[in-house]
Amino acid sequence: MPKGKKFVGEPIPRVEDHRLITGRSQYVDDIVRPRMAYAAILRSIYAHARVKAVHVENARRAPGVIAVFTGEDVREAIGPVPVASRLPDLKVPKHPVLAVEKVHYVGEPIAVVVAEDRYLARDAVDLIEVEYEPLEAVVDPERAIAEGAPIIHEEFGTNVAFVWQLSGGDIERAFREADLVVSQRMVNQRLIPVAMEPRGVVAEYLPGEGQLTVWTSTQIPHLLRTQLAAMLRLAENRVRVIAPEVGGGFGSKLNVYAEEALVGYLAMRLGRPIKWIETRRENFLSTIHGRGQIAEVEAAVKRDGTVLGLRYKIIQDVGAYHQLLTPAIPTLTGLMATGPYKIPNLHVQVIGAFTNKMATDAYRGAGRPEATYLLERMMDRIAGELGLDPVEVRMRNFPQPEEFPFPTASGLAYDSGNYQQALRRALEIVGYEGLRQEQQQLRQQGRYLGIGISTYVEICALGPSPALPAGGWESATVRVEPTGKITVLTGASPHGQGQETSFAQIVADELGVELADVRVVHGDTAIVQYGIGTFGSRATAVGGTAVYGALQKVKEKATRLAAHLLGEENVANVAFEDGCFFLKDNPERRVTFQEVALAAYLAKSLPPGMEPGLEATYFFEPSNFTFPFGAHIAVVEVDPETGDVQFRRYVAVDDCGRVINPLLVDGQVHGGIVQSLGQALLEEAVYDENGQLVTGELTEYAIPKATDVPWLETDRMETPSPVNPLGVKGVGEAGTIAATPAIVNAVLDAVAPFGVRHLDMPLKPEKIWRAIRGA
Amino acid sequence: MGRTIEVTINGTRYRHEVEPRLLLVHYLRDVVGLTGTHIGCETSLCGACTVLLNGAAVKSCTLFAVQADGAEIMTIEGLAEDGQLHPIQEGFWQKHGLQCGYCTPGMILAAYQLLSRSPDPSEEEIRRGIEGNLCRCTGYQHIVEAIRYAAEKQRVARGARSE
Repeated sequence: MPKGKKFVGEPIPRVEDHRLITGRSQYVDDIVRPRMAYAAILRSIYAHARVKAVHVENARRAPGVIAVFTGEDVREAIGPVPVASRLPDLKVPKHPVLAVEKVHYVGEPIAVVVAEDRYLARDAVDLIEVEYEPLEAVVDPERAIAEGAPIIHEEFGTNVAFVWQLSGGDIERAFREADLVVSQRMVNQRLIPVAMEPRGVVAEYLPGEGQLTVWTSTQIPHLLRTQLAAMLRLAENRVRVIAPEVGGGFGSKLNVYAEEALVGYLAMRLGRPIKWIETRRENFLSTIHGRGQIAEVEAAVKRDGTVLGLRYKIIQDVGAYHQLLTPAIPTLTGLMATGPYKIPNLHVQVIGAFTNKMATDAYRGAGRPEATYLLERMMDRIAGELGLDPVEVRMRNFPQPEEFPFPTASGLAYDSGNYQQALRRALEIVGYEGLRQEQQQLRQQGRYLGIGISTYVEICALGPSPALPAGGWESATVRVEPTGKITVLTGASPHGQGQETSFAQIVADELGVELADVRVVHGDTAIVQYGIGTFGSRATAVGGTAVYGALQKVKEKATRLAAHLLGEENVANVAFEDGCFFLKDNPERRVTFQEVALAAYLAKSLPPGMEPGLEATYFFEPSNFTFPFGAHIAVVEVDPETGDVQFRRYVAVDDCGRVINPLLVDGQVHGGIVQSLGQALLEEAVYDENGQLVTGELTEYAIPKATDVPWLETDRMETPSPVNPLGVKGVGEAGTIAATPAIVNAVLDAVAPFGVRHLDMPLKPEKIWRAIRGA
Repeated sequence: MGRTIEVTINGTRYRHEVEPRLLLVHYLRDVVGLTGTHIGCETSLCGACTVLLNGAAVKSCTLFAVQADGAEIMTIEGLAEDGQLHPIQEGFWQKHGLQCGYCTPGMILAAYQLLSRSPDPSEEEIRRGIEGNLCRCTGYQHIVEAIRYAAEKQRVARGARSE
C-alpha cells in the first residue's frame, strides 16, 4: 500500500452498503427456518380494565391454528419483563409478558396465536373474545399524581413511581442573591421513535443441543441474552441472540420486550421455529415511547445575564410499566441540567408518574434533549426579560476553555471544550449581525424572521461502569487470520451507524492493511465475546477504543515475533510501518505483516514461551464520559397569516472530538437534526382521555418527509477527548440534542413582536397562528 | 381458493397459484423469495415496499398479488445489471444516502421513477419526488445528493451515447 496512506479521517463510503443497496441484506423478517410458524398477538383495546375472561376456543379451532396462549397459560413459565435501572424507592410493578387479570395500557399483550402462516394467525386473533371490566384511565401525568386519581397498580396505593433529586451548590442562596427570577413551564411532549423497520423476532429451539436461538431486531444482543435466559430459566450459554440487519433503533430497540421472551418460549414449547413481526400499528402502541416530561424551571439571574442557579421540577410520564431503562432517562436530564454553562447552584426534582400509556424509555438523546431544550429556552427567556441579545447571555455564562476539565453542579467533569469558539463559528457562518439587521427591516414590512440559537453539551460514550446498570465498557477481539486477513469481533451492535467501516478504518491504519482485508463482525452472541451494545453515542468512543486496545496487543505480539524472525534480540529495534516490520538500524531487513501472521500460526519458529496464533481481546473501561458540544442556529420565517414556518437557513457547528469518517459524522448529524425538527414542529403522541392513542399510525403521527427539511449547513471543530486514545467523543445523538431548541427559539424569536413568549411543541401552524391572534 | 397469476419479475417469468387476499409484497417476499422489498407500515405511507409495476413506482403493500397478474415488476434485486450497480445505487453508496438501509430499496426505486420522468431534477423536485418515502436515519440530505449524483452520471452517459 502507498506509504503514508491513512484511512482515519477520510470520507470513505461504507463497506456495508453493497448488500443494502442491492436488496441482499437480511433483516429479521427475511429469515426463514424450516417448518416455521407465525405468531400474532391480541392486544388490549382498553387503557385500564380488569380482564375477567379470555375466550380462545374459537381461535383454537380456526384454520391453520397450532396453539393459543393467554397470560394464565404462561405466567409460571416466563419471568417478568425486566427493568435494569435502580433508583431509591423505585416502585416496580409486576410486568408479565401477557397480561394477567388486568390491563394497563392500550396495546398491552393479552394472548398469542400461533398458526401456519401470518394471515391465518391474524385471522384467529380476531376470534378471541376478551371480557373486560373497564376502569377509569389516568392519562395526564400531573393528574396521575394528584389526590384522588385512580390507582394504576393497586399494590402501591399511589401512581408515584419514584422521586429523584439532585443538588449542587447552594440553591437557596442563589435565589436570594438574584436580581431577577425567570420561570417557565415547558413540556417535552411524548414522541414515538418510528424506526423504519418495526420490531420482529424469530426463535428456534434445537432440543438436541438444548439451544434456543433468537433473531431479533435489537441494539443489545448480549444484554438481551442474559435477560432472556433469566426470563425463560435457561442457562445463558444455551441462548444465542442474533441481531441481524437492524432497520433503525434510536433507543427503541435498546430494550427487553415481552415478545422476545414470548416467541422464544413458543419455539421451545411447540418445537417449531416461530416468527413474529410487529405491525406498524403495534409499533406505535407497544414499542417504547420517548420524552414525556413536564417541567417547571426557575432561573436565578443577575442583571448582566449571569445565571446563579437553576431549579427544576420535572414530572416524567413513565407509562404503565417500566421498560429496561425507563427510570434512568430523566436522571440524565438532571445530570445535564446546567448544560454548557457555569451555573454553580442547582436543584432538580423528578417525579415519575405511572399513567395508562406505553412506557417511555430511551429515545435518541434519552433525557439530554429534554435538558438542552429546557435550558436553551430559558437562556432565550432570560435574554428577553433582560433585553439582552441571546448570544450575550450565552457567552456570559460559558466556562473558559482553560477551565477544563470543568466540574458541574450536577457532579460531572466535562472532559474538554471550547464553547465560545463553536458559537462564534456558527454566528460567523450564518452572518448573525446581518440577519439581525434584516430581521428589523423585514418587520417594517410585516414579515417575521426568527433566529434561534442553541449551544449544547451532551454526555456521551456511556460510560464508566459504575454509572450504568450493566457495565459501561465495550469489548473487541482482533483476530489476524493465517493469511493476514483480519476479523474484528465487536461487542457494539451497530444498526446503521456504519462501524463496519469506521472500525475497519482504525484497523487498516494501525496494521497497514487495506480496508478490504478487514471484516467487522457484530451482533451474534455465539460468535462475539460479551459486549454491551450500541446506544448513548458509545459505539466508536468505547467500542472503537476497545478495537484500538486489541490492536495494540496484536501489534505488540507481532512485533516480538517479527524481531524473532529477523534474528533481532532487541525488540525495541523493530519498527512497524506500512504493513512491514523492519530493523531501525537496518531497514532492508524486513518482514511483512502477512508473513508474521502466517508464522504465528505455522508456529515452526516462535520465541520461547510465545503462544501460537495472533489474536487479542480487549475490554475497554472508560475513565469518564465524553462531552461533545456545539452550536446550532436556525433561521426561519413565520407567516403571520397562516402560522406557517419556513426555514431560511440551518447551521450546525458540532465538535464530537476526533472524526474517524466525516461522511458518517455528517450523516449522524443530519439525521439527528431532522428527528429534532420532528419534535419541534411535527410530532406528538396524543392519547385521548380514555387512553386511546389517537396518533397511532403514520397518517396521524407526522415524521419529517424530505420536503419538510431545509438544506443543513454542517461545520465541525475537533477538540480531542482525553478520555480515550482515539480522542473521539461520539456523535449519534448530537443533532437530536442540539436542534430542537434552535428551531423553537427561532420560531419564538420570529413571533416575539406579537408578545408571544413561549409555546409548547410541536409548533404547528395552527398553534402559532392562534398565539399571534391571541396576543 | 387460489387463483393463478403470471408475472415477470426482474426479467424472469413466474407462475403461481395465490390466495386472492395475498398482498403483492408478501408474494414477492414469501412466495418468490425476493426479500429486498421491505414492509414498513402496511398502509402505503412509508414507501419501504416500493417496486416498479409496469414502470411506475407503486407501494406493493397495498396491492394484491392478483392485481399484478400479467405485469412486469422490477424490485431492487433487478436494478443492477450483470453485477454493475445502477447509477442510483452508486449514488447512494458514494454519497452515504443510507444508514440502516431499511427504506433504501424503496427510496432507490422512487428515485428511479423520478429520474425517468425528470432526468435533471432540482433539489426541490427531488424532495417532492421522494416525499412518499420515509427515512428516519439520514435526514434526507445525503439522499438528495445521491440522486443528484445519479442524474449527473446518467447525463454524462447520455452525452457519450449521443456523440
